[in-house]
Amino acid sequence: MILLQLFLSYLKIGFFGFGGGYAMLSLIQNEVVVQHAWMSNAQFADIVAVSQITPGPIAINSATYVGYTVGLQAGGTLWGLLGSAIATFAVCLPSLTLMILVARFFMKLKGNRIVEGAMRGMRPAVIGMIAAAALLLIFPHNAAPGEENFIDNRSWALFAAALLGSWRKVNPILMIALSAVAGIVIYRIL
Amino acid sequence: MLRLRTIFLSFFRIGLFTFGGGYAMLPLIERELIVKRNWIDRGEFLDLLTLAQSVPGPIAVNTSVFVGYRMRGLRGAAAALLGTVLPSFAIILAIALFFAGIRENPTVDAAFKGMRPVVVALIIGPVISLSRGMHPALYAVIAASAVAVWHLRWSPVYVLAAAAACGIAYELFIAKKRLR
Repeated sequence: MILLQLFLSYLKIGFFGFGGGYAMLSLIQNEVVVQHAWMSNAQFADIVAVSQITPGPIAINSATYVGYTVGLQAGGTLWGLLGSAIATFAVCLPSLTLMILVARFFMKLKGNRIVEGAMRGMRPAVIGMIAAAALLLIFPHNAAPGEENFIDNRSWALFAAALLGSWRKVNPILMIALSAVAGIVIYRIL
Repeated sequence: MLRLRTIFLSFFRIGLFTFGGGYAMLPLIERELIVKRNWIDRGEFLDLLTLAQSVPGPIAVNTSVFVGYRMRGLRGAAAALLGTVLPSFAIILAIALFFAGIRENPTVDAAFKGMRPVVVALIIGPVISLSRGMHPALYAVIAASAVAVWHLRWSPVYVLAAAAACGIAYELFIAKKRLR
């Protein structure tokens, strides 16, 4: 029963999660904390923190973690594993179905003038939205102290170096790995 | 015929290194799919991004399903999705099982302070490379939609819908007249 509820909740999160990423946070919070009280607000904040230090979309991270925790409370480790798999599958299901439909539909409609016009209009808007995501990370609307992405001049120096690296086509994975080392050297050792 | 294992491994690599979620994976996808493998071209990549944002769900998941489907149909979509999700799933499960207190570790915290501004710079990279070659008038649209979402806090859904409506109007009324 609890596994079915998990499935339905994450199906809902996957289906209404327009905008992806952090745009999905309040949706997840509403399901997991407010509606079902599967965890406290503080535990939810922990998941967000863990999502930041691990790779992958936050919706997937939270589905795996919540699914495991809820299953564990209901019936032990095996249920935990089952719960994490079910929640993760459920949050992906709307994406999988809709994206395949869109891919199919879109390929057939690719000469259609209305579709072409819509795509043409949306292209610059999409670029603008990526810029908006970056702007929001630099200038957050209301971040608690210590939660900013730019904390001092050294942050800006790292930012400038990465911008230069991105312009010179340096491998982004290498840059992220180097920045982790730089962070440890700057903020822990020095 | 492209092997499913190749698709899986490509997206596994993308999933494994996508810190910061969503847009942070753009430079990785760009490198893996356009520069390295040549699976899609830049124009298709923009169409794909547009679609991935118009459909609900994590952008990383939407992107992988679309590319996988284009490559090898339903099986390709499944292979790409599995590749994207598996690293995240396995790592979170391991953390839930073993390392509950990792966030308080000062070394981990310091590493994160270093990574955050770099992630932001990596998001700005594609904004520049994707805008290159566009008609200068469209820069105004890019700026306007950025301000609408970031500063005015409009929903991306509305901004995309408005942009689509403008594009359709242009295609039907202005582009048509020009042909005559």
